[in-house]
Amino acid sequence: MLDIENLYFKAHIKRWMVMALLLLGSFSLPASAIIEIEITQGGENAIPIAIVPFGWTGSGEAPEDIAAIVMSDLQRSGNFAPLNRQDLVASPVSGDVPRYANWRLSGADFLLMGGTRPAGDGYIVEFQLYDVLQETLLTGFNFQVTDQTLRSAAHQISDEVYEEILGIAGAFNTQIAFISVSGKVGDRTYKLELADADGENPQAMLTSPRPILSPAWAPDGVRIAYVSFENRTQSAIYIQDRQLGSRVKALSRDGINGAPSWSPDGKRLAVTLSYEGSADIYVLQIESGDLRRITDSDAIDTEATWIDDDTLVFTSDRSGGPQLYEVSARGGRASRITFEGNYNASATVSPDGSTIAFVHGTGSGFQIGAIDRASDLFQTLTQGTLDESPSFSPNGQMIIFATEKNGRGTLGAVSLDGSVVQSLSLENGGTVREPSWSPYSQ
Amino acid sequence: MNRLHILVVATVALLSACGSNELRDTPDIDLASNQSAIVQPVTIDGLQDGTEIDPNSIAGKAPLERVIYFDYDQAELRPEFLEIVAQHGRFLAQNPDGRVRLEGHTDERGTREYNIALGEARAKTIARMLQLQGVGSAQTRAVSYGEELPVDDAHNNDAWAKNRRVNIIYEVALQN
Repeated sequence: MLDIENLYFKAHIKRWMVMALLLLGSFSLPASAIIEIEITQGGENAIPIAIVPFGWTGSGEAPEDIAAIVMSDLQRSGNFAPLNRQDLVASPVSGDVPRYANWRLSGADFLLMGGTRPAGDGYIVEFQLYDVLQETLLTGFNFQVTDQTLRSAAHQISDEVYEEILGIAGAFNTQIAFISVSGKVGDRTYKLELADADGENPQAMLTSPRPILSPAWAPDGVRIAYVSFENRTQSAIYIQDRQLGSRVKALSRDGINGAPSWSPDGKRLAVTLSYEGSADIYVLQIESGDLRRITDSDAIDTEATWIDDDTLVFTSDRSGGPQLYEVSARGGRASRITFEGNYNASATVSPDGSTIAFVHGTGSGFQIGAIDRASDLFQTLTQGTLDESPSFSPNGQMIIFATEKNGRGTLGAVSLDGSVVQSLSLENGGTVREPSWSPYSQ
Repeated sequence: MNRLHILVVATVALLSACGSNELRDTPDIDLASNQSAIVQPVTIDGLQDGTEIDPNSIAGKAPLERVIYFDYDQAELRPEFLEIVAQHGRFLAQNPDGRVRLEGHTDERGTREYNIALGEARAKTIARMLQLQGVGSAQTRAVSYGEELPVDDAHNNDAWAKNRRVNIIYEVALQN
């Protein structure tokens, strides 16, 4: 989609992206990183910010280009327009006093600088954020880190900058779960992988020759529920501890065992079972194993997710085609909440409960749509033909989803107002799908 | 909790930083031991997928047509497949030891979990029709893979039509 007004903006971004990747490329990348390949549509009113390469007082190369990670994070949010490195007017490092007039001339409203120095077995990373127009220091502090936690420190710096300037919590120091598939029909390998929210450090928590579906983060960020077909003749829902690798088979009844979703209090799973007839919603008490049936229709009821500890949204085709319904987590009458078009399914609820994003089918395929629960206003957020599996970021600002690009599955991310769209693909050419954004870590 | 810690420390840092930008020695946030990056991997392997069909077994003598196709978003049987299902029904009714697994599938359009349910609806359609012909309910089992196991992963109508199916799989007892 070529938009004349955005051509300069896109060229501007791409030059910067190449620079950032070149700088990052001088450090070793993991074998199958997800590399963000483009921001396909930028945000309007992006705030100009100068992010200066962090100083390094040790010998040899710096262990990580912290400033580049922060630039990438803030760029991806759509709310910020970091200056190109070649346009930076000076190179202050942590401890320097900024020459505000020069930064104002360069067009920056804010200035981020910092430094890394060796300390013990690791490093200390410092940063300061300045308001260029007000000529004040806004925030800054330091981190004790190791090689393993350097990137996390950079993402936390991004969070601090984002929150200080916008007044909204950032979600840069978070993770995504997704399913990757490689190999050919009949000889496939499926993986449930966890990666940083920027696509770095993907690690497979489960590898299987049979399909894996519907990864769902527990609120504790440690347990993940999913559906596995490792038993060819019977699906099962498992709960796996990502740190220990231990797992429990939560349910494996006759028929469907699907669509696990954690209650906000972390004690229950809403699931889809069909052992009593057609696909219906049940709530499982994880500790006791008690099962409560929530829906009892002859139709397909599935894909339950929680609005709060008392309320579920789910997909049902009881009125003909799939639509979204709300129901109490104790059961009872379900009320329909989508009325636009004849296919609405796979809901994800924003953390504040105000917005529901979902898959919206039209004659020209499937896109991600959203409704505001208070006003019932509906909007379409994406323009693909096979978009699915939407999942909100824990600050409610972005939605990650699965899409199709050049014939293979990739991930996309869109801001809630639809103004920023990104694309993330697997470097090795495999397929990725079913993304799920982690909660904030405890 | 990390976040509260950050706000408190940042305030202190601002107050002490007024008029001076000296590096401090004490770190505000210790990320030396960060649990959230740890992943302990689990691998499933060594799975059996079933053996070759023995031509002398029940499965070897059952009707050969074992794939039923469906229309988009439908779980109803198309009339042209009534005869095939009837053949399997007669065979199974005459061979009460015979068992089939009915694997339901869909094309890739639509959401995955809804498609699991749609695939099951297709498999259950076949199961019901077999039972109408006297096949015992213990002889049939419905499993759905939804859109997860296509035979053709192209993104066009031809591929989609091949993927909307129920596979009739005779479960052979693994005895000698």
